[in-house]
Amino acid sequence: MIPSFWRKIRYRYNLTGTKCENCGRIYHPPRNICPECRRKSSITEVDLGDRGELLTYSIVHDAPESFKLQRPYVIGLIKLESGVVVTSQISCKPSELRIGMKVKAVFRKYGEDGEDGIIYYGTKFVPCEE
Amino acid sequence: MRKVAIIGVGMSRFGELWDKSFRDIVIEAGIEAIEDANLEGKEIEAMYIGNMSGGRFLSQEHISALIADYSGLASLNIPAIRVEAGDASGGVALKEAYISVASGIHDIVVAAGVEKVTDVGSAMEIMDSSIDQEWEAFHGATLASLYAMMARLHIHNYGSSEEDLAMISVKNHKNAVNNPKAQFRREIGIETVLNSPYVAEPLKVFDSAPISDGSAVVILASERVARKHTDTPVYINSVVQSSDYLAVQNREDILEMKAVKTATRKALKLAKCELKDIDVFEMHDSFTITELLLYENVGLAEKGRGHELVRDGRVEIDGEKPVNPSGGLKACGHAVGATGIRQIGEIVLQLRGDAGKRQVDAEKGMAVNIGGTGATAVVSILGR
Amino acid sequence: MVGIVSYGTYIPRYRIKVEEIAKIWGEDPESIKGGLGIYEKSVPDIDEDTVTISVECAREAMKRVSLNGSEIQAVFVGSESHPYAVKPTATIVGEALSIDSFFHSADLEFACKAGTAGIQNCIAMVESGMIRNGLAIGSDTSQGAPGDPLEYSAAAGGAAFVIGSENVIVEIKDTLSFTTDTPDFWRREGQPYPSHGGRFTGEPAYFRHVSTASIEIMKRNDLEPEDFSYAVFHMPNGKFPVRVARNLGFSSKQIEQGLVVRYIGNTYSASSLIGFCAILDVAKPGDRILLTSFGSGAGSDAFIIEVTENIESYDRNQSVWKKIERKEYIDYGMYAKLRRKIRMG
Repeated sequence: MIPSFWRKIRYRYNLTGTKCENCGRIYHPPRNICPECRRKSSITEVDLGDRGELLTYSIVHDAPESFKLQRPYVIGLIKLESGVVVTSQISCKPSELRIGMKVKAVFRKYGEDGEDGIIYYGTKFVPCEE
Repeated sequence: MRKVAIIGVGMSRFGELWDKSFRDIVIEAGIEAIEDANLEGKEIEAMYIGNMSGGRFLSQEHISALIADYSGLASLNIPAIRVEAGDASGGVALKEAYISVASGIHDIVVAAGVEKVTDVGSAMEIMDSSIDQEWEAFHGATLASLYAMMARLHIHNYGSSEEDLAMISVKNHKNAVNNPKAQFRREIGIETVLNSPYVAEPLKVFDSAPISDGSAVVILASERVARKHTDTPVYINSVVQSSDYLAVQNREDILEMKAVKTATRKALKLAKCELKDIDVFEMHDSFTITELLLYENVGLAEKGRGHELVRDGRVEIDGEKPVNPSGGLKACGHAVGATGIRQIGEIVLQLRGDAGKRQVDAEKGMAVNIGGTGATAVVSILGR
Repeated sequence: MVGIVSYGTYIPRYRIKVEEIAKIWGEDPESIKGGLGIYEKSVPDIDEDTVTISVECAREAMKRVSLNGSEIQAVFVGSESHPYAVKPTATIVGEALSIDSFFHSADLEFACKAGTAGIQNCIAMVESGMIRNGLAIGSDTSQGAPGDPLEYSAAAGGAAFVIGSENVIVEIKDTLSFTTDTPDFWRREGQPYPSHGGRFTGEPAYFRHVSTASIEIMKRNDLEPEDFSYAVFHMPNGKFPVRVARNLGFSSKQIEQGLVVRYIGNTYSASSLIGFCAILDVAKPGDRILLTSFGSGAGSDAFIIEVTENIESYDRNQSVWKKIERKEYIDYGMYAKLRRKIRMG
């Protein structure tokens, strides 16, 4: 898992996606080919911003082994200001959750390869204060 | 393309089969299918096997050769092909088998599905490997939680309820009572569903299909050969596979299953019929919300109105459009790679009039098998 | 003149009250609160550690002045709770801040003063012309052994500073360090919790080092306590900084604004720095501030800081005290789980 995590660090630590210069569409996760333009694709990296809106969510109780210490945790789909939707955890009390709430990105730990393994960091979201 | 018929159906019991190995259960289903088709065995020219994760459930890859061998076909040196598409593996195996006969390459082939899940502790995590590991699972998303997000949005947008979802589970449990191969042959009340613990809110344990051991086998033959072996062939009018974005986040509307919509539209066109001509359905209720969304995406209900079918009883076994007379994945059991073939087996029994106490009056049937959150869909239409 | 271009802080949301800890160990909460001068402390969430706290406070610092990662050439993270014993926190922080990979970096450890040590490194590098801007972070998720008095104080938080010479909001007029071999508090390699010399941590350690460094820096700059608008000293508890201030001749008015320890505990490498940031939140041009950190082992770094006109237009939201108010209480069971004090099978 180390190489596969390391390879995508720049897209996990920050909300970076790809943009097709041919059609203007933006994608996350990053893509090598634009699903609309295919051979005409012209892919560049783009910053997706750190604010968004919660489209839907679930509170996970039955969690994979590596997430057991965190349960129940909240997983959600967040529509960023750039229009791109990402899957991420929302760090807040379940009672604060509502569809449409404004959220912002934070830097958090996602897990680790046991006590002697590497630590996986990435982006989560918290409710916007204002 | 030639017409293709199903001439034999076999199925192991679904459930926790502690005393049976992977090899045992697939052979059990295979023997039943061969007997049903009145074959000796040596007539089989190829095998297509749907299996999601022999590698992770059993550390056994190369299961195509393994199954050909233990089916007693090693000495015939026939080709055996394992196909994988998450829990749509069975449906895709059927499609590949169909193509091989329809094209004229083979006359008699086996389409099988098998999964042995109870030899490992955490089947759920292996099941979840059908979602995007880098961008969904990394963040703690599970298959259940992705469907739960769809359920949450459906309830929010369209006024459906956890009770509506629960009623789908209740219906499927009721149907399974009359299916001798089913894992859970007992009726449950709505309270059982609503009082069961949350898996991923708003979905609960009783909204979720079990992960089961099991195998199902169907035998396909060209029309000419079929007539030699059976008086009751059931024809594959069409079988269409479609795909969609793997990760839910990339779909324009997460309540729209474009793979299902596309496959349904094409399957109806190829079968030269309309949805109203279909009398019985087997649908992939990996979660209750999945079945609800399939009503809408197949076209039995308009978008946002799937729950009305449940409320009106139209999808009950004695309703206008019976869905999952077998008990579905929830109550018959969900043996992952076997499910797509198991659905076909049920439609064949229904069309032949061999479905016993769960028999519905049907000329045409449809099976909808999907992989993961819907990135693969296989829609099959069968007719007498 | 070298100074601070921007600053940022992070305090985890969870708090545990002294009463909740005292209840478990059969101690009297009132006498602990009276003795330590701490009422509650911050606790990191299960997904927070020194790396995430460092990134959060550094991002705030950079955002406040719209600074890009490419404008920073050095990152120093001071902490006694780096998540890796070998594998620098600064590498992860640099990546998360999108800093151009040609940057100087190191993790620093000097008990509670590793953050100020990072500031000194940056000052030297900016002054020498090696770098234009440097990032110095003090961040910790410190631990006390269950039942140890440290459990009432060991807390989590972080403060980050962009050190540079253009558009500074404060100028750093002088800094010095006073260092001796004093074994008042330590943690041996491979041990999960620190050990300490009890009352030995007071006079020969904290008071000697903080006083000596503070007196010396004032002396060589011809300054008296009354020449300062504010002073902030390392806060291992709520008592020591108050006593050292009084001994040195500072009034309670001068230290009040920075005395955050009562409500968040000792955030170790971030402790004096979060207090300093609370002062910067309200400081006006011309204000002079004395900052003296302390790290067990032992040493103190002292700084004389003067606020510039630039602070008027500088974005100081959200203030430290506002962040302290934003909290959620947890019980000891939850605390034991979050701090991984429960042995898992």
